[in-house]
Amino acid sequence: MAYNFQFSGLLPYLQNLVDGLVTTVVITLITTVLGCLLGTLCAAARAGQSSFKSKVVGVYVELIRNTPFIVQLFFIFFGLPALGLRLSAWEAGTLAMVINLGAYSTEIIRAGIEATPKGQIEAAKVLGLTRFQTFVRVVLPPAIQKIYPALTSQCIIVMLGSAVLSQISVQELTFAANFIQSRNFLSFEVYFVVAGVYLLLSIGMRQLFNGIHYLVFPNLRAQR
Amino acid sequence: MNEFTNWDIFQALILAARWTVVLSLIAFLGGASVGLLLTFLQISSRTALVRIARFYVELFQGTPLLMQLFLVFFGLSLLGIDVSPWTAAALALTLFSSAFLSEIWRGCIESLPKGQWEASRCLGLSYFEIMRHIILPQALKVAVAPTVGFSVQIVKGTALASIIGFVELTKAGTMLNNATFEPFKVFGMVALIYFLLCYPLSVASRHLERKLNVTG
Amino acid sequence: MSLVNIDNVHKYYGDNHVLKGVDLKIKAGEVISIIGRSGSGKSTLLRCINGLESYDKGGITVDQMEVTSDEEQIRKLSKSVGMVFQSFNLFPHLTVSQNITLAPKLVRKVSAEEADTLALQVLEKVGLKDKASSYPQELSGGQQQRVAIARSLAMQPKVLLCDEITSALDPELVGDVLNVLEELAAEGMTLVLVTHEMNFARDVGDRVIFMHQGKIWESGDAKEVFAAPKTPELQKFIDAVL
Repeated sequence: MAYNFQFSGLLPYLQNLVDGLVTTVVITLITTVLGCLLGTLCAAARAGQSSFKSKVVGVYVELIRNTPFIVQLFFIFFGLPALGLRLSAWEAGTLAMVINLGAYSTEIIRAGIEATPKGQIEAAKVLGLTRFQTFVRVVLPPAIQKIYPALTSQCIIVMLGSAVLSQISVQELTFAANFIQSRNFLSFEVYFVVAGVYLLLSIGMRQLFNGIHYLVFPNLRAQR
Repeated sequence: MNEFTNWDIFQALILAARWTVVLSLIAFLGGASVGLLLTFLQISSRTALVRIARFYVELFQGTPLLMQLFLVFFGLSLLGIDVSPWTAAALALTLFSSAFLSEIWRGCIESLPKGQWEASRCLGLSYFEIMRHIILPQALKVAVAPTVGFSVQIVKGTALASIIGFVELTKAGTMLNNATFEPFKVFGMVALIYFLLCYPLSVASRHLERKLNVTG
Repeated sequence: MSLVNIDNVHKYYGDNHVLKGVDLKIKAGEVISIIGRSGSGKSTLLRCINGLESYDKGGITVDQMEVTSDEEQIRKLSKSVGMVFQSFNLFPHLTVSQNITLAPKLVRKVSAEEADTLALQVLEKVGLKDKASSYPQELSGGQQQRVAIARSLAMQPKVLLCDEITSALDPELVGDVLNVLEELAAEGMTLVLVTHEMNFARDVGDRVIFMHQGKIWESGDAKEVFAAPKTPELQKFIDAVL
């Protein structure tokens, strides 16, 4: 191959990469927390008694799961101002990600809730727990525990999806990559390195989630 | 002044959606072929082959599809190959899909009870005979629903091809938006068309899952 | 006044008439065994006593409280009626001690320290004081079922309903659970058991209720009922299980 790779050409732009990485991490963190929270609430509504709420959540989940993230992002960033809701790129991007993760995590958490043995709920009922106490204390923890790996994967997928935020000029990692390659014209090197950073982020996120899993659910440490 | 009627916009989008469909089909067929090969590598008894396949899957599942598109696009031109956005998108989506599909299929094969292998071995069948007559027919049945389900991800993934300049549904949407300044309407329609493409696949996947679960 | 009053209770599952006018009075301190084939309505009757199943006609009172399937009412009843299930239904993410203290803290508003003391007391009763900080998955089936009994006892119920609580256990573990029940009976706890353990029903129980086709077909003093069944159906049942 005649081409000489020039990875050193990235060095002057290290700061841009770091800034982008920080933004990606912060947005991912916010999205994970709010998205899973939204998913939990929606899953509760989906499993609850009100068929109206359940249907509204159903429509939300199907709409999000059957359209591309980039279109959702454009709709929120470019489309919503038409309704008078003006958001900065950063806000629109984070909002789109939360809404996206919320829909996927709803389905994941709902599956966990539905897998709860009926006897667990009866036992709670017989002990006199209210419906709310039963959901929070008895149903939710084992459900989350069961679907935790799937939820982790989904959070990672959403983190990787954040690369698309570069398209509305959120200054995250991919935006930094685009900026750098427009300056030094070393497109392949830049994207190669940034892809590697994303890969490390994915691996790191999985490790972190696994660690939290064991921290939050001490019964996992007990031997069978 | 706006010289585009709603119908004009919708028509233009539908025409562009053809390329979304074509790209999706190519990515699915390409992804399935490469994915099948990877699946066999993943379940082979050669550790080196398994490692390579695992690394491939990790790589494509652990990086953004957008990065994969950029790398293929810019990487191929480094090799002196003049790539159109069209080729780059087809290739990147094929690689991306193959990683996910092979992971799904490996899971299907491994979900079969160990007893199936053991019983077949006791009957004196060879590895390939077991694969051909016992494992694959069963795995195939389990694999249909998640495979159809993943096709939704492929259709949605094609939207990113717009970023490297391939004119499909999303790109047509951004272009029409620039011409009409009606983002709410345009992106609403774009979303609607994607929904019309994807929702039937989602429903089919769920339906298949239920049906195959019931009949065992 | 009896502790449990069941008065002409009827229950339907769609067209299926599963309880056809059941009358039963249970005095405080009595040990009642309900036996019968599967589908005879015995578990349904038991589950009606604490409102887990609704009934369509008649009335049930426990401790002078009317039993309905209303959630608020079930919560009130939880302080008088305890229940142990065939499948234990311990909460997998909580330790033995947390399983026991959860309801007293949330429902009876007992303080954390009090609840912990209470947990140790009831665990001592079932012989599992050393397992307080274990998780359910670390225990054998018999131990899990004893924890489930302890969990019910912590609510200090006046009557304990046991729904085939030894049916899911390995045979060698049944004895430990029955011993706990026997001790409870000796202490004067009111027990209503749906059970397949005929020896236990005969030796520990005060009264045996034989259910057949949704009715109390025959009932009476435990030893007499087993020694001299009056109806051919009970005779056939006893011959089949003993």
